[in-house]
Amino acid sequence: MSRGRWFAVGALAAAGGAFVAITAGGIGQNLVYYWGPTELHAAGDRAVGASIRLGGLVAENSIVRAPGSSQVEFDVIDRPGGRVHVKCTGVPPQMFRERIGVVVEGTMSRAGHFEGRRLMVSHSNEYRAPDEGQAVDVEKTMRTTRGLDDGPSRPQP
Amino acid sequence: MIAAAGRVFILLALLVSSAGAVAGFAAARRGSAAGWRLTRVLAYAFAASMAAANALMVWALLARDFSVSYVAHVGSRSVPDWVAVVSLWSSLEGSILFWGLVLGAYVTAATRANRARHPEYMPYAAAVWLACGAFFSFLLAGPAQPFLTVPHPPADGPGPNPLLQNHVLMVVHPPFLYLGYVGMTIPFGLASAALLRGRLGHDFIRPLRDWLLLPWIFLTVAIVLGGWWAYEVLGWGGYWAWDPVENASFLPWLTATAALHSALLTERKGVLKGWTVTLVLATFLLTILGTFMTRSGVFNSVHSFTQSAIGPTILVFLALSLVWSVGLLAARIDRLSAEGRLEGSASRDGMFLVNNLLFVLLTFTILIGTVFPLVVEATRGVQMSVGRPYFDRMAVPIGVALLLLMGVGPALPWGRATPDQLKRALLPPVVGALAAAAAAALLGVRAPWTLVALAFGGYTAQVTLRELWLPVARRRAQGAGLRQALVESPLRQGRRRTAAYVVHAGAVLVVVAIAVSSTMGTSKELQLREGETATLGAYTLTFLKAEQVREPHRESLVARIAVARGGRDLGILTPRMNHYESQREPVGTPAVRTSLFEDLYLSVMNIDASQGTVGLLAMVNPMVAWIWAAAAVMALGGLAALLPGRRGAAAPARVESRGPAPSRVAAEG
Repeated sequence: MSRGRWFAVGALAAAGGAFVAITAGGIGQNLVYYWGPTELHAAGDRAVGASIRLGGLVAENSIVRAPGSSQVEFDVIDRPGGRVHVKCTGVPPQMFRERIGVVVEGTMSRAGHFEGRRLMVSHSNEYRAPDEGQAVDVEKTMRTTRGLDDGPSRPQP
Repeated sequence: MIAAAGRVFILLALLVSSAGAVAGFAAARRGSAAGWRLTRVLAYAFAASMAAANALMVWALLARDFSVSYVAHVGSRSVPDWVAVVSLWSSLEGSILFWGLVLGAYVTAATRANRARHPEYMPYAAAVWLACGAFFSFLLAGPAQPFLTVPHPPADGPGPNPLLQNHVLMVVHPPFLYLGYVGMTIPFGLASAALLRGRLGHDFIRPLRDWLLLPWIFLTVAIVLGGWWAYEVLGWGGYWAWDPVENASFLPWLTATAALHSALLTERKGVLKGWTVTLVLATFLLTILGTFMTRSGVFNSVHSFTQSAIGPTILVFLALSLVWSVGLLAARIDRLSAEGRLEGSASRDGMFLVNNLLFVLLTFTILIGTVFPLVVEATRGVQMSVGRPYFDRMAVPIGVALLLLMGVGPALPWGRATPDQLKRALLPPVVGALAAAAAAALLGVRAPWTLVALAFGGYTAQVTLRELWLPVARRRAQGAGLRQALVESPLRQGRRRTAAYVVHAGAVLVVVAIAVSSTMGTSKELQLREGETATLGAYTLTFLKAEQVREPHRESLVARIAVARGGRDLGILTPRMNHYESQREPVGTPAVRTSLFEDLYLSVMNIDASQGTVGLLAMVNPMVAWIWAAAAVMALGGLAALLPGRRGAAAPARVESRGPAPSRVAAEG
């Protein structure tokens, strides 16, 4: 092979390596974890500041709406018995109420509650309505919102 | 009754397509004309069986014949007839059935168009198409049967997914997507034939390119229609979310676009044959991967169908196609030797290579981001996804680079150029770049990537417009009047060349509109009582009242919002929340008021008629409508390239290209 060709191969290999490094780094920094309350607690400090989709059921008698604003607080529970307190800004969706499956996008705060940016009610693509009040399968709930309503969380003006 | 007849047609399709695949391979190996005739007859028979099966299903859907399993699954007495017809592709089994119809139509068209041409390749190609046809017939005969007989038919069915009956765009988006997706089978067959034959002659590149371009046009339109639909229906105010299934439609588009460019180089210079064929095969594989992702239940998004046994079957088909493609390439790629050579790196030739490199990089980036969560879940059982920032961060620089390349490439001459020629080719469009950037800065654009995109857009726009104007100018120099030159030159002197630049012009608009709309919008969440007023930018929004509207298949809560801008009354917008009978959860429909430069976008998040309150997501989205319009420009450009021209319509472009570069510069100034 001529020197030019060796040079070309070398350049290509370097570019390929750089590409892999950038891609891997990009993925690593932008992972969104799909966790229920139990897994969230298990993750401990790793959860603070990470991008998380918290899935679970809105606990009974836990919804507190701040009067005159769109802030809402509630507890999310899952089947293994995990529970986490969520503070969410932003207008809650129509279906939001107790004992319904939700997915909250946000992160864990140092103070120990979940700081929600977006609140999604799990949306079934199938024709059955999800059975109200039953213990939800977090994994299934996640699936119902994965991809759907996947809007960017725009900065509030 | 209908169910039984439907099953007969499916089995018939399976039979004739399998026989046709065998006959095609045999005819190709023996070079038998009679065998090729038989293959054609079987291909038409396959298409006819699929058409008949589809007609039966539409009939059953319209007749609300709930003894047919698919109708029992998606049909409903309460939906209007157009929804009943659309239900054909709204759920798993029907969508595969529709796939069969589209594949049959493509196979018929491609077989008929080439029945007397390319005898050394065509039987192989038809054999590959029919093998794919056999697979989809098999799906319909086994894992995804739409025509099962329901022993005790229900009195009524649930109707299709409300999200799909919520907007008319759902009538057009899926058919376009299928026309794009399924159509990639045709170039796959042609490329396989070239590999099987161990030869890709100059005469065979044109059909390969044309049959790639046709589904490419449909796919382009489908992707944009999908974005438009998401924008008009889903209510979060955007049109693209890097949803895995959106990515699934975008990936084959990227490789197909790369293939169209490298095929041009193959046609003109006789180089990169193996590479072009590789891209075509990859495009097909990516369509099957996309089909797997939407139909296996691995992703549950608005696009996906319910889980079923069909996933593994498609995965097997994907694996077989992959083995087939890689095997063929490994065995035969060395036979597709180049007849010419590439010259110069700082030339148009070189830029075609960079184009291909960037498109492939983008494909890999998106593919990795899409498949990574699947792999993690399969291997470690952990659910996660790759967030939007990853895709934005990776795709934006590559997209912007491609935008510039679309200007630099055409500005450069073919072959080698002197430094002086390079300077004269590349410097003038900088005027366009600076003008666009300055105008944007004056209008308040501050986001760095948006400024860069606009500057590059200005550069490329100037080059593109000059390239479109060049033949007109030349015709005028030959003494034609302006009108004559305008009509004649683009049509006679290389229509494909003109068409390509029209597509480029559309692409520039799309990228610029995406850059502006994604960074220059404003949004606000509002909680309003009746009579209350809020402002968003220059708009004043007054919530008049919430009212209830009943339709046969749904009940809606409508928010009436009076809109004014700068004191001028702009009328009333009515975003709504629809409750469908079959579904407990409501589906919102946003209201969009489009003006030339921006959309006002209102989406109901919650509404209570008794309390008289509404929660709104209100947005001002600039330039979004330009994306839809620019995509139409791209599609029209693509169609213009496809129209059967006069014999040798491409010839003038070749003459033009051989002309020395200095004449281009001279023509310009």
